[in-house]
Amino acid sequence: MADIHLEYVVPEDDFTRAGEASADLKARLKKLGLSSEAIRKVSISLYEGEINLAIHAKGGRISVDVAPDNVHMCLRDDGPGIPDVALAMREGYSTAPDEVRSLGFGAGMGLPNMKKYADEFEIESTVGVGTTVCMRVFV
Amino acid sequence: MKIKEIAEVLNAEVLTATDLEREVHTACGSDMMSDVLAYVKDQAVLVTGLNNPQVVRTASMMDMVCIVFVRGKKPDDSIIQLAQQLDIAILATDIPMFPACGILYAKGLRGGN
Repeated sequence: MADIHLEYVVPEDDFTRAGEASADLKARLKKLGLSSEAIRKVSISLYEGEINLAIHAKGGRISVDVAPDNVHMCLRDDGPGIPDVALAMREGYSTAPDEVRSLGFGAGMGLPNMKKYADEFEIESTVGVGTTVCMRVFV
Repeated sequence: MKIKEIAEVLNAEVLTATDLEREVHTACGSDMMSDVLAYVKDQAVLVTGLNNPQVVRTASMMDMVCIVFVRGKKPDDSIIQLAQQLDIAILATDIPMFPACGILYAKGLRGGN
């Protein structure tokens, strides 16, 4: 299988469209014949990332590289940044507004879920500059 | 049980033209999609009172095949179309979450792993 490179843009202020990138990637990986376990790990971690971009960062950019033995995903935004990354990684900690909770998210599970489902997880954030999250799932 | 039996016991309206003969054995009830993503493993049916497109997206990520909207929630056309596209059956019942889950449990659906 040749390496595949994909780019997605998560639009600003359109929560209803968050999830389109992960749905597209999921369909592609299915066609490539990856195991359902690997596809689920990729889809959930990317989906949570998309939701985060929509909730906290007014959208962002996603790049995905599919190699024969792993899927590597990077999500980048120019959002407000995370002042305390360790705190943000804690299950249940959330800064999401009530409006987001009424949509079924914002329970402080996003980043912990991403870390849980990805085999490798890295996060870098600078307040006022933005956040980059990179994840790898071995397939 | 079959999806069409779920529709019958919950007196639910079927809003998609998907395969209602599909057998399902497990379900989960939640309005919090983050929890569905965190804890669901192999459940086939999502019972929810939350009404937005992310319900369908979440169900799809978890390979679920049926969503039951409870307490009279009626998803709009865009939600129904998305579900149709992803081959997920949409049912809508007036019964609230707790009794709806109880009825399905009594009929043999379980929580799964």
